[in-house]
Amino acid sequence: MNLETTSSARTSFRAASAAKLLLMRVGALPLFLIAALVVFTLASPQFLTAQNIVNVARQSVYLVLVSLGQMIVLLTGGFDLAVGTTIALTSVISAMIMLSAMTIVPDSVGLIIAAGCLGAMAVAVLVGLTNGTGVAVFGVSPFIMTLGVQSAGAGVALFLTGGVPVTGFPHAFGDTFGFGRIFGVPVTVAIAVVAIAVIAIFLYGTRFGRHLYAVGGNVKAAKLSGINTTATLLIAYAASALLASIDGLLLTARVESGEANLGGTIALQSIAACVIGGVSLRGGIGRVEGVVLGAFFIVLIQNGMDLMQIGSYMQMVLLGVLLIVAVIVDQVRYRLLIGAN
Amino acid sequence: MADLRKPIVEARGLTKRYPGVVALDRVDFALQPGEVHVLFGENGAGKSTLISILAGASTPTSGTIEIAGDPVTVFTVRNARRLGVSAVFQEFSLVPTQTVLENLVLGEEPATVGFLRRGEGRRRAEALFAALERDIDLDRPVSQLSRGEQQLVEIAKAMRGDLRVLILDEPTASLTDRETEILFGLIARLKARGVGVIYISHRIHEFQRIADRITVLRDGRHLGAVPAAGLSEEQLLAMMTGRVMGAIYPEIGRPSGPEVLKVEELSAAGVSGASFAIRAGEVTGFAGLVGSGKSRVWRAVMGLNRTLAGKVVLAGKDMTGARTNAVIAAGVHYLPPDRKNEGLVLTASASDNIALGMLGTDSLRRRAGAAIAGIAKTVGLERSTLRRLVSQLSGGNQQKVLFGKGFGRDYAIYVFDEPTVGVDMGTRAQLYRVIKWLAESGKAVVVISSDLQEVMSLSHRLLIFSAGRISAELEGEEINEAAALSRFFERKKAVA
Repeated sequence: MNLETTSSARTSFRAASAAKLLLMRVGALPLFLIAALVVFTLASPQFLTAQNIVNVARQSVYLVLVSLGQMIVLLTGGFDLAVGTTIALTSVISAMIMLSAMTIVPDSVGLIIAAGCLGAMAVAVLVGLTNGTGVAVFGVSPFIMTLGVQSAGAGVALFLTGGVPVTGFPHAFGDTFGFGRIFGVPVTVAIAVVAIAVIAIFLYGTRFGRHLYAVGGNVKAAKLSGINTTATLLIAYAASALLASIDGLLLTARVESGEANLGGTIALQSIAACVIGGVSLRGGIGRVEGVVLGAFFIVLIQNGMDLMQIGSYMQMVLLGVLLIVAVIVDQVRYRLLIGAN
Repeated sequence: MADLRKPIVEARGLTKRYPGVVALDRVDFALQPGEVHVLFGENGAGKSTLISILAGASTPTSGTIEIAGDPVTVFTVRNARRLGVSAVFQEFSLVPTQTVLENLVLGEEPATVGFLRRGEGRRRAEALFAALERDIDLDRPVSQLSRGEQQLVEIAKAMRGDLRVLILDEPTASLTDRETEILFGLIARLKARGVGVIYISHRIHEFQRIADRITVLRDGRHLGAVPAAGLSEEQLLAMMTGRVMGAIYPEIGRPSGPEVLKVEELSAAGVSGASFAIRAGEVTGFAGLVGSGKSRVWRAVMGLNRTLAGKVVLAGKDMTGARTNAVIAAGVHYLPPDRKNEGLVLTASASDNIALGMLGTDSLRRRAGAAIAGIAKTVGLERSTLRRLVSQLSGGNQQKVLFGKGFGRDYAIYVFDEPTVGVDMGTRAQLYRVIKWLAESGKAVVVISSDLQEVMSLSHRLLIFSAGRISAELEGEEINEAAALSRFFERKKAVA
């Protein structure tokens, strides 16, 4: 190397490598978060209040749940664009099952709700297995497979309802899962916390978790190490659908009707939450904590923009830009992590 | 261990057909417990196919395999491992995004009802490294290890469980001499334990040391298993190629030509401070281990990788950091090492691929058919193959098409990066004749190759790369295997 390297060049080089190291370790989220907090706090006095932040946390539950499932699929190097459809199907089918159950066992509210939830979740898992089969068995690219299922599922949900909301199921459902509290904590938050814990345990503490990361990191290596990659992918897509389904049930309880148009933009938002939270689109890299924070960040931004009275159309523009920026950062980060050698 | 007379692996009549190719043709193979059995043959002779079947990574078209007397019916890696067969392939089966520890236990993580037992996993990984007498930080991500370290992790990984058969595919290709010695010590210990070792290598002096028997494969056929003791290098090479070696490498005349390219102190990803000159009418060889920089220096010259420092002067013009299309326009043709991903449009016909090399020239506008036919003749492609899709051609014919792309216009410099990777001997001889013809008609030719024999035999001048630097420049009579190999691991730069 050139011996005449000046000390100022060396200092800037050191600063650059420190920035690189930070990016490799944690991704770009901390920077984004700080920037958002500064901008919104300056723009609106209501933004940085305890009340508002708690509010954001509650609202972010819905995105967190879907993003956790999305993350599982992203870790395998795939995509799940069908999460929105799964939510819509869950909503419609749970409502319809509850309505029919009310005609059979009108007095057992618990049974009616259980039948609605379990039936809808079973359908969702079927949707996930369809995705998984297409990807793992037939080798369809995850993008096309889940895009196709997304369209088909949306069609089924609209066909079943004729586009009309399904209402009239027991109020107890909404009261419990939409607005209920358990030990003073909103039921939705409690469910999200349990889901986060379960997923974290699965990803970090079980063989299945390791295999998931391995399949995404190098599918050939995983196969040569004796991992059943087909089963791993099937389970990943089923898990994503199941989480989306739980999300769909909570949303149905919140709006108190089965609607075929729930979850319209959530596929994009959940992918954005994951990528911003440090999950690599190439698979094999990503952590639960990051995804939770990423989802929280997106809802925080939406909240901040609402307070700044930015219209929803402009919000869509910003979300799209944010996703692309996050992916660019991910590319750089991946190159630093893997390509450096 | 078991009865020493009874083979631990016995394969009969193994055949593997791919569309248009018979990769293995009724091959019998037996491995005794405690035996080191070398598979020997050229690229494409069927060695890789045979071991991938034994390791459960592919299923034979016909034939039977018995492991310790039990017939194998399910061909999966998992089943092979269950039977005690483990393989170290050339392409590593490591997950770059995971740590050494996670890779070492991958697929066989110790767990209670699915929940990892981390302490146990770490103990197992430590035990594996202890057996290898090596210590690599278990918590480092594999992507940050050197190639040699990755190779050791791979070998350690293959040794887990109840090992009966260990398959090593060119394990020393990226090891230093010291690491090679450790590996040989390990093989000796495995032998003593009754483990059978199948060993693939092109380095004859290596298996003269460790082999008990040698099976020679040629064109997918088994030419017999012979005891290794007392076998000479010449005999082996004759068996491998079916002809006397040396005949396939042509004698290339050396008219002295002017300097056409000068590279000064070039630094890029994986290359530091490389200086050399390329002259017309001369074949300049670039040798070194995989990852030594011999290929990446050219990818930087070609504008495929970023140039960080230094200077590239092409025919008197400064082309440092120029874009690829500018370098091509200035008269440099680069033949990439990976024909499937970088070289050919697999879904197009052979003649369309050749025509790609003519884009923007007059010959494409007029008389393209005649020009393509002429090129096909030069590289030895039969006319009947021209209309076929490249994906349906054999590796050898694909490589001829790739060569053909270089003759669509007039270049001053031809850079061949791994010109004969995975092609049969007949094609190699043909391609070497093309290289001879190019050099003797006054072109500057660069051959970058991991096949040391090849690059030594073709080159007038040989540059050796080691750890990103040029460690030696040999010329004419100085070029021999011992001199070249000794510089493969050197770090300091010899002044040429």
